[in-house]
Order: sequence, then C-alpha cells, then structure tokens
Amino acid sequence: MALLEVEHLDVRFPLRHGEIRAVRDVSFALDRGERLGIVGESGAGKSVLAFSLLRLLSRPGRIARGRVRFEGHELTRLSDRQLRRIRGNRVAMIFQDPLTTLNPVLTIGQQMIESLKAHRRISSRRARSVALQKLRQVQVSSPEQRLAQYPHQLSGGLCQRIVIAIALLLDPDIIIADEPTTALDVTIQAEIIALLKHLCEKHNVGLIVISHDLGVIGRLTQRLLVMYAGRIVEQGPTRAIINDAQHPYTQGLINALPQMALPRQPLAQIPGNMPSLSQVPAGCAFHPRCRYRLTPQGQPRRDCSERVPEAVVSGESQVACHWVRELIATLPIEEETI
Amino acid sequence: MIFFLMRRLLQAVAVMFVISVIGFAIQDGLGDPVRQLLGPTATDAESTALRHSLGLDRPLWMQYLDFAGDAVKLNFGDSYFFHEPALDVIARYLPATLELVAASAMITLLLSVPVGIFCAIRPRSWLSRGLMGLSLIGISVPVFLSAMVLIQLFSIGIQVTLFPTGTGWGQWLNQLLSIQGGMPAYGRGNPVHVWGVWYTNFASWQGLLYLLLPALSLAFVMLPLFVRLIHAEMLEVLESDYVKYARARGLRPSRIYFLHALKNTLLPVVTLGGVQIGTLVAYTLLTETVFQWPGAGLMFLDAIERADMPLIVAYLMVVGLIFVVTNTLVDLLYRGLNPRVTLSGRAA
Repeated sequence: MALLEVEHLDVRFPLRHGEIRAVRDVSFALDRGERLGIVGESGAGKSVLAFSLLRLLSRPGRIARGRVRFEGHELTRLSDRQLRRIRGNRVAMIFQDPLTTLNPVLTIGQQMIESLKAHRRISSRRARSVALQKLRQVQVSSPEQRLAQYPHQLSGGLCQRIVIAIALLLDPDIIIADEPTTALDVTIQAEIIALLKHLCEKHNVGLIVISHDLGVIGRLTQRLLVMYAGRIVEQGPTRAIINDAQHPYTQGLINALPQMALPRQPLAQIPGNMPSLSQVPAGCAFHPRCRYRLTPQGQPRRDCSERVPEAVVSGESQVACHWVRELIATLPIEEETI
Repeated sequence: MIFFLMRRLLQAVAVMFVISVIGFAIQDGLGDPVRQLLGPTATDAESTALRHSLGLDRPLWMQYLDFAGDAVKLNFGDSYFFHEPALDVIARYLPATLELVAASAMITLLLSVPVGIFCAIRPRSWLSRGLMGLSLIGISVPVFLSAMVLIQLFSIGIQVTLFPTGTGWGQWLNQLLSIQGGMPAYGRGNPVHVWGVWYTNFASWQGLLYLLLPALSLAFVMLPLFVRLIHAEMLEVLESDYVKYARARGLRPSRIYFLHALKNTLLPVVTLGGVQIGTLVAYTLLTETVFQWPGAGLMFLDAIERADMPLIVAYLMVVGLIFVVTNTLVDLLYRGLNPRVTLSGRAA
C-alpha cells in the first residue's frame, strides 16, 4: 500500500455566482521516499490540490468527493484534533513566499520551538537544540544568532532554508512544497532545489512539489502529474514525460520551453488561454486549444467535445486523451500538421 | 532610543508652545474676568483697581511673556474663582477624570478584543452578525444620547404597563419587562481615601457602582470603533500566509488566534488606541456634564463660564501634555510589538 493515496478527489468552492470546481476527479499515489511533481499553468488547481490534502483550503473551499488516505487514515474524515497531529508532524508543508510564510512578529526561534512543542513533549532547551541541529542541516550560517532574529532581518533564500528546516523538524514522512522556489532569485533557486533533493533522499522523505516550472520539477522529481483545468491529463515517470510527452497539452508545455526553441525562431506556445475554472468546456477541457481536435480530413472529433477522456496507458504514462493511441500510430500525419 | 526620546521632547515643547499661544490668544473672546468677578454692580474705580492688580491693563505680548515665564516654572497663576494656583485646582479635579478614562478604557479593551476576535473567527454566526450590527449603530450614537439612555434604563428604570394588569400573566410580563433602575447616575459618591493622598472609586463596591454608568457611556464612544477595527484587521490577518502556515504546522487554534493573529492585529489597534486616549479625555466634557462627575472636564466647563483664564489655559496645557505623553508611550509600545520598527531620532 502506498504511503499516500488520493482517489477521485473533488474540491469545490461554492460561490454566489455558482460553484467552482477547482479539482476534478484526481487520483494518484505516493510511495514512501518518492518525489512527485505536479505541474500546470496558473489556475490549473495545483495549489488547491496540495492544500486540500491536509484540509487547509481557504473558505469556502471544501472537499466534495473522494478520499485522501495517509497510512490508512482517511484524512477527509478525521476530526480537527486528529488532523492536527498529522499536520506539520507527519506531513509538513513549504509555502511559496518565505517572507510572508513566517510570522513577522515572532522570532525564528519562537516559531521553530512552538512547532516542536505542538507535537512533542519536549523541554524548551531540548527543542532549541533540535532546532539548531536542523538549521545546520539546511546549511544556515550562525544558527544560534538566527533563532533570535525576525524574518524581516533575513533574505528570502535564508528564510526558505529556515522553512525547510521547520518542515524537517519533526522528521515527517511527506513534505508538500507549493512553488518552493518561485519567489526566489534564479541562483538561489538552484541551491534550494539541490538542498531539498538531498535532504529528501537522505532522510527518505516523500516529496510533493507543485510548480509551473518544468525545469524545477525535472531536476527534483521521479514522477510527474500534469494538471489542466482541475484534472490530471498525464501522469508517469518524470523523465519519460519530459522526453516523450503523450498528451497534446504536455507536448505543448514542453515545446514551449525556451530550451526547445530553435535559434532565431520565436518560442512555441499553445494558442489560447486555459479556461477559467468556472467555465471549463464540456468534454476534454483542452479540446478548444488542441491541435488534434480535427481529423486529418478537417472534421471535428466529436468525442473530444462530448466525453471526458478516461486515463489510458500510453508508453510509460497514463494519459487522459481519447486519441492518444491513434495519434501515436499515425505519427507522420502529426508531423505534417505542425 | 535616546535620540527618539529627545526628539519627542522637542516636539512636545513645540506642541505646548502652540497650545499656550492659542489658549492665551482666546482669552479676550471669553468675556471680561473683572466684570465676572465683581458682578454688574461694581464701580469703575473698583474694576480699574482689580484690573491693575491682576495685571490685565498691560499690553497683550507682555502679558504673554509673563505668562510663558511663569508657565515654565509650572505656575499658571491663581484661578480667578478659586483664589489658589490653577495647577492645584486641576490636580484636585484631574484624578476623577483619569479614573473615569481608565475605567472606560479598560471596559473598551476588555470587551472589544474578545468581541472583535469572536466576530472574525465565526463570521457567519448570528451572534457575531448581531454584534457587528450593534457596533455600526454604536458608532453613530453620540455620547450624550447613550448616556441618557443608560440613565433612563439603569438609574430611573422603566415601568412597563403594556399588558393588562388585572390578569396574572399580564402582571408577570409587565414585571419581566420592567427595569428596576437604581444605579447611581449623579456624582462620584464617596470615594475611598487610600494611601493618604488618593481618593479613588476603584477601592470600594460603592465607588465602582458610581463609576459604572459614566464609564460605560464614555466607553461607548470608542467601543464600537475598536470592535470594528479589530474585527477587520483580524479578518485580514486570518487570510494571511503565516496564519495558514501556522495551521499547516499543526498548531492549536488558540495559539494561532491569540498569538499569531492577535499580535499582528494589535499593531494598528495600538496606534489608534493611543490617539483615542486623548480623545477620551476630551469626551469626558460631555460625560461629566451629563453625570455631574466632579472631574476636570466639568471644572473646565465651569471655568469657561466664569472666564477663569488661568484655569482654562492650565487645563489646555495639561490635556496637551497628556496627548503628547500617551502618544510617546504608544510609540514605545508599538516598538515592543512590531520588531520591524526601530525608533530613531531621524525623521520617519
């Protein structure tokens, strides 16, 4: 049994103008020590998915359907008190912007020690020494001094190291990192990615990284989920997806990477925008932007606009596309249509 | 820190100077103290003699210099009416006012923080909707109205005769809806004398009883404002990343609300509160009049009626000083709450 199993998860935000379905029928699993990436455009529901796992959705979001099983515990059914024992303790989180994540009016030391004390019966002195040890693990310089400092006195990169140290404080089984490097300088991004990878490997911690940056995901993860308009459109080994994407959307994403462009050619892009989550098209949500929505003869494919595609195995991935097998079988035609 | 205090001291001197000029300049508009003192039947010779002995026949700027020189020595002259140093008179009346302000500030604080937090944590409950509605009404009700309503309800009482008195249930309903009243609403009662020099309402039940209605009515000036401010700030803070992060770390809700959120919520509240302490002192004019509370506000109104210049100016200076001191204390407190602020002597 996997460490974390998510089945048919649906997250909805009932609003005055109607309901927004931010996450639709998402299923995946995470093994102990596995590193999983979730990639997609802004508004694809990645962060909502991440926050819903620990039931940290902002009002009025709620889990409408589905299961989140962690070590056999059904997280969607736990009481608040039981869930609190898992949050930060067994499953830790890293947020996007380290400067707004840490409380500005409390010292680093206060925030680290309170995290420990929330889950362990531990003396303040002992908690302090654990905090120092974790700060050294994330290579923070002069850790004693940091404990007495406030977040605004530190740089973004340093704060994110501290947030990582807080995530590691209680030796969790899983760390969920929501865009952990987006708010940082590019040079610091690389350091943080290397650090996260190293620590997760060393301590056998499972990692779920949310990012819109395929570069980050590619370096950090073993398996990848690609989300579009609240659904998973492709999931499989990271390397396989990046080298040989199956779903037309994933192909578009990868072709849009600057590294993929030929010299002096404009960057490739997927035409159109991702639909707002309140107005997702019927059928395959991607079909209005998909270059395979028409048959080679120019007829619209009716399945694309009428039926939600089931995930099918294609190559090493599971792909939610009606035509992925046919498309691969007829690869020469695809080349012509480019 | 020392630079900050020195800068504050200089500012205080400037503020006091301006207040003294204004206070001094308005004296001619308040009527002739000589006539007030001697009454309409006095002869010209009598009034000229008194005018000369009070120094009121010299040029205005000379009078001001005299006044300023004395004021530096904390001598504001003798009150025309009490025939004793103005500061002594104020020192006699001010404690009653300060007790009133302290009591109502305490009521405001003790009620607004829990109510504001509750309404932010449970925004959908009927109780919090009701409380927020009440606070909106409270902001719009002037202090003299709330004072009179309080007096009517709790001092005079209300006798309901809406239901037929002949029947048992009618009488029962009438009695249920009637309010006994009986709370003291006039003066200070008999304050207890403690530590030799201090008459206080805080040291006895009876004193507290006398204090309650005036303090409540004064608290109604600030209470709704504070409830709304704390509520709005708290709502915003609860949406912040660091509160969400605190939840994600599995902290107890009580710690999240009362440490992580409240400490950030209090920053603007402290700023506003400091300014409002001064405003409360000003509002005591109304409260003390309605309740005949023998404090500095009532004394000030009497002094104005009597055109008692030394007393008026001394009062203005003392209130100005209270403003400056509370604002400085608030800045220091803010520094303690918000580590991002450093106090320096340089312009902010």
